[in-house]
Amino acid sequence: MTDKTKLAVGQEAIETFGWLRAHRFLLLRRASQAFFLVLFLLGPWFGIWWVKGNLSGSLTFNILPLTDPFIALQGLMAGHWPELTALIGAIIVGAVYALIGGRVYCSWVCPINPVTDGAHWVHDKLGLQKGWQPKRTTRFWVMGMVLVASVATGTIAWEFVNPISMLHRGLIFGMGFAWTFVIAVFLFDVFVSRRGWCGHLCPVGAFYGLLGSKSVVRISAVERAACDDCMDCFAVCPEMQVITPALRGKEGDTPLILSPDCTNCGRCIDVCAMDVFKFTTRFDDTHAPAREQRKRTQPATGASKAA
Amino acid sequence: MSAAKSKPKSMDRRRFLQDAARGATGCAVAGIALSQFISDARALPAQAIRPPGALDENDFLAACIRCGLCVRDCPYDTLKLAELGYDGPATGTPFFTARDVPCEMCEDIPCVVACPTGALDKGLTNIDDADMGLAVLIDQERCLNALGLRCDVCYRVCPVIDEAISLERRHNERSGHHAIFMPVVHSDKCTGCGKCEKSCVLPGEAAIKVLPRRLAMAEAADHYKLGWEENNPLVDDLIDLPDRLPGPGTDNLVAPGGYAPDALPDPNMDGGFTPSFNLPGTGATKP
Repeated sequence: MTDKTKLAVGQEAIETFGWLRAHRFLLLRRASQAFFLVLFLLGPWFGIWWVKGNLSGSLTFNILPLTDPFIALQGLMAGHWPELTALIGAIIVGAVYALIGGRVYCSWVCPINPVTDGAHWVHDKLGLQKGWQPKRTTRFWVMGMVLVASVATGTIAWEFVNPISMLHRGLIFGMGFAWTFVIAVFLFDVFVSRRGWCGHLCPVGAFYGLLGSKSVVRISAVERAACDDCMDCFAVCPEMQVITPALRGKEGDTPLILSPDCTNCGRCIDVCAMDVFKFTTRFDDTHAPAREQRKRTQPATGASKAA
Repeated sequence: MSAAKSKPKSMDRRRFLQDAARGATGCAVAGIALSQFISDARALPAQAIRPPGALDENDFLAACIRCGLCVRDCPYDTLKLAELGYDGPATGTPFFTARDVPCEMCEDIPCVVACPTGALDKGLTNIDDADMGLAVLIDQERCLNALGLRCDVCYRVCPVIDEAISLERRHNERSGHHAIFMPVVHSDKCTGCGKCEKSCVLPGEAAIKVLPRRLAMAEAADHYKLGWEENNPLVDDLIDLPDRLPGPGTDNLVAPGGYAPDALPDPNMDGGFTPSFNLPGTGATKP
């Protein structure tokens, strides 16, 4: 670690490139989230019915059907073979996310993302401990549980509680008490578990992660040799475990972030003053020399060894 | 060397087993909680009516993705998506309340056309075949027609007038010389659109209500043969019972088919019975 770790996260990037460039992917992402929400709200608010429905299923320009593939899968598990329209919609959505990164859904589309990002911001401001940190694999267990529950109850099980559809459908069709689910996720992320919902539990994210495990669009730590250990990328990354193999890779290791957990949010690109990261494809084999052997700023003392 | 190698392996195995046990237990608990929540949430209130063509409720919740496209394509804003805490059906699923806005029974059934999954069955092409529920004249004490007045509104608004609801004339026992025109619903024609319930002139709750068929109908008693509806082989083909004339006893084997001519009953109709004693205390025998 260097002295720069003491600086506020992203401070150096702001000083180097200016505020706007040091927030470009964050701003783009918020714009994208707002875009997908407004697209669905144009109809009920302004009577412009370009898109009908919600994230579970929709119809665009009266021709393009889209279906959430995880919901379609639960329906199949529950024993209902859907009409062709829903199948085609699920295949389109599935194919797109398999190409651009499954968890792009999480960071660029999902309406719960601003909620949990907000929770993380509050968590940070309050200086709280990280709290309960279940294993990263927990969400796959939850996903399996949801599929088993779909079979057992003969229903699309997760849709009874899914905070994503509760919020999105609530905003478009009427909320009722669905906001309680959203508040619950917010409070969970603030007080119980830092980045707990999206990062550890949500089965929808788990499904999309699996869906995009061979996705083409990837972030690469291509300039990793320039890394100065400021740790800002780790601080902003919602799935920080994905960075290490790429950034800290040895000579010959790929600089691509290939973990399906990566949401392609691009915040690491924003905050890096050394311009280490960039969007590229998984076929990008640009040579990326590893970093030099790290220098310790504080040589280990006998006391710290003992500790 | 091999011991040094195997030790971390056994630790890995132990850790894996611990994690697996923990994960499985956690998921079992969460899964049971979720299933319990689902079984509570799937109870459909009697007055929440599913759109036309909706599958049976159990199949419906396996098929409906709660996208609301049926709601969007309903031209009369009849359909709504259930809101958590306010409406009874499973959150986000489509339904309507007949007393608020009934189904107008569009010829082209746009809600069914809009459904991407088949939760609303594409097999329904004639809206008259819809089966959303069954109207029941539930309050026969306050229905104006049942009181002997001529309201007739439910009968006249019915899209399948004279078939789904007919008025049946009965004697008015109260006045003694008027008629009661009783609205009678016929289950084979009623689509459950709810226009009768919507139009009932009573303030507040309607006297006629659309209910799910599971509540509105009893199971037919198949062990009773309705002789007037079917040719009953038990009576007509297998056993030829003798035709008898009236007379004492039904086992008249001396003269099958009726009385023998020489055994005509006594004209006095007392059968030749003479009491051998007199009952005490009756006026006729008092000296």
